Amino acid sequence: MLQVENLHVHLDTPGGLVKAVDGVSFSIQKGETIGIVGESGSGKSVLAHSLMKLNPEPPALYPQGTIHFEGQPVLEMGKTELRKLRGNDIAMIFQDPMSSLNPVSRIGKQLIEAIQAHQKRPKQQAREKAIELLEDVGIADAKARMNSYPHQFSGGMRQRVLIAMALASNPKLLIADEPTTALDVTIQAQVLDLLKGIQEKYGTAILVITHDLGVVAHLADRILVMYAGKIVESGSAEDIFYRTSMPYTWSLLRSVPVIREGGPERLIPIDGQPPSLIDRPAGCAFEPRCPFARDACRQVDPPLEHREGNHSAACILSSNEFEEQKKQLEGVLTT
Amino acid sequence: MLNYTIRRLLSVIPVMLVVSVIVFMIVHLTPGNPAFLILGEDSSPEAIADLERELGLDQALYVQFFNWFSQVITGDLGTSVYSSQSVTSLIAENFGPTFSLMALSTVILLAIAIPVAILIVALRKTVLDPIFTSVSLFGVSVPEFWLATLLVLGFGVALPIFPVAGYVPFAEGADAWLHHILLPSFVLAIVEVGIIARMLRDSMLDSVNQDYIKTARAKGVKEREVLMRHVFVNALIPTTTVLGATVAGLLGGTVIIETLFTIPGIGQLLVDSIHRRDYPVVQGIVLFIAGIYVFVNLLVDLLYTFLDPRIRYD
Repeated sequence: MLQVENLHVHLDTPGGLVKAVDGVSFSIQKGETIGIVGESGSGKSVLAHSLMKLNPEPPALYPQGTIHFEGQPVLEMGKTELRKLRGNDIAMIFQDPMSSLNPVSRIGKQLIEAIQAHQKRPKQQAREKAIELLEDVGIADAKARMNSYPHQFSGGMRQRVLIAMALASNPKLLIADEPTTALDVTIQAQVLDLLKGIQEKYGTAILVITHDLGVVAHLADRILVMYAGKIVESGSAEDIFYRTSMPYTWSLLRSVPVIREGGPERLIPIDGQPPSLIDRPAGCAFEPRCPFARDACRQVDPPLEHREGNHSAACILSSNEFEEQKKQLEGVLTT
Repeated sequence: MLNYTIRRLLSVIPVMLVVSVIVFMIVHLTPGNPAFLILGEDSSPEAIADLERELGLDQALYVQFFNWFSQVITGDLGTSVYSSQSVTSLIAENFGPTFSLMALSTVILLAIAIPVAILIVALRKTVLDPIFTSVSLFGVSVPEFWLATLLVLGFGVALPIFPVAGYVPFAEGADAWLHHILLPSFVLAIVEVGIIARMLRDSMLDSVNQDYIKTARAKGVKEREVLMRHVFVNALIPTTTVLGATVAGLLGGTVIIETLFTIPGIGQLLVDSIHRRDYPVVQGIVLFIAGIYVFVNLLVDLLYTFLDPRIRYD
């Protein structure tokens, strides 16, 4: 349904050309859930916005690569075609539900606007559809809530409203950009369950972008790990969590705090910082922070290589070599 | 809302008290003796002293203030030294032209500033935006009296479309009223257009990058509708604040414009009364203008509740 080929997205900033997305390829099938994981500044949000060409231009540039949605080249679309794609075929929900709704406009009005953007329905019908959508996402007393303003809703409720809005035209793909980051933990789970429910009910494909491995573990069929504008590992949730083949993913997993009986487990941060995306050093971008780095890593930037099944990783170590090294290092760390 | 309005109206009292003191001091500390001005150069010192006694000018300043202020509280602004008419009736007589000027120039101001700002924001990626920024700065810097003179020369003398001076009340015919008042109102408005258009443009550009605008675009809403329904409506809130001050400030501009176009309004009355050292009238007018300022600002604050549902005063 969606194919991304060798996509490059650059941001033309006063400080220099930021290579936010640096040669990314992947595809999404109908009804599939894909998770993109990476830390802040890894280019995952820019990538997501590119899928419906929503990055502000300037500064965004698309010097290389293609995005095809059902065979149509998205990056070559004009204003009208893009408008028909957005909200209709591909919908998106954003990180911060507190600021993603127009504060001076009633919820109902904003929902009706989303419906009427793509469907020629009279106001009354659009209104009924809007109420249905609100009920669908679990908003109680939907009819009365249509007249409320965004500030009269809690964060979790606003995210539900935004999801309702995204579903207005039954999109084939729903992009969720950090959908739970701004919410507290109990609400996070509710929103994730809602997304899961939507997928089961409507068969919508979902692309969820997050820095939270817990979110993708909960949702995704397939996970892409992004680092410094590139995909460094991809595979099923099992591949990523249990057959990790890339040191960055491994470090990311270790940095997740685990709460268990008998006291707190130490949280292991990843030392150092992601590289500047303006002057990308030669070699592997993770090399300066990688506990397994060797001389060769400074010269070669390993491409994403196929491992087993659907599992791919970008590391000069083979899966077996990495497994061995990892055991050694973990042995040293625990003693 | 009603509670808030009442509280705001009550808070006007201390403001007006301070204004009264300041106005009184400025007027009375200005050199020049009203009795001397009224009686003329040839008057005898005895006649001047008599008139001073009659007007109460021989009393101590604080006594004069309390005499005046105790009248003001009852709504009596005193009597003109020059014409023996009550100050309230003088203000009432002269307010028509001033109000007409203010109202029409506010309409002109908005009719120019709003479309210009929207156009500039719609075309923000073109050269139009930097051009607008310089032109608006130029517009704000133009002195009113200079622009007024140029326009009078242009459209009153060279192309005699508009009269160069005078005023016809609205009641005597809307046509004649508009004909006389259009040029002065335009002058009054045009110097403020730059400020309002610039403010609206800046607020709209701030709003353009907000998350909710991204949401609207992601919904597939037409760019024109995004601009009008979301960007513009949100930009109105900060712009209204500036508009309130600007509209109240037009009152200051009328002083110059009314003098230039000989329009018998509050501004001209004020200037004439200052020349005549007509203390009660000057004090009354300045107090009245301060009152309008306070009133317009209250109106703006109440307007917020309509523009922004997050603002509730109760």
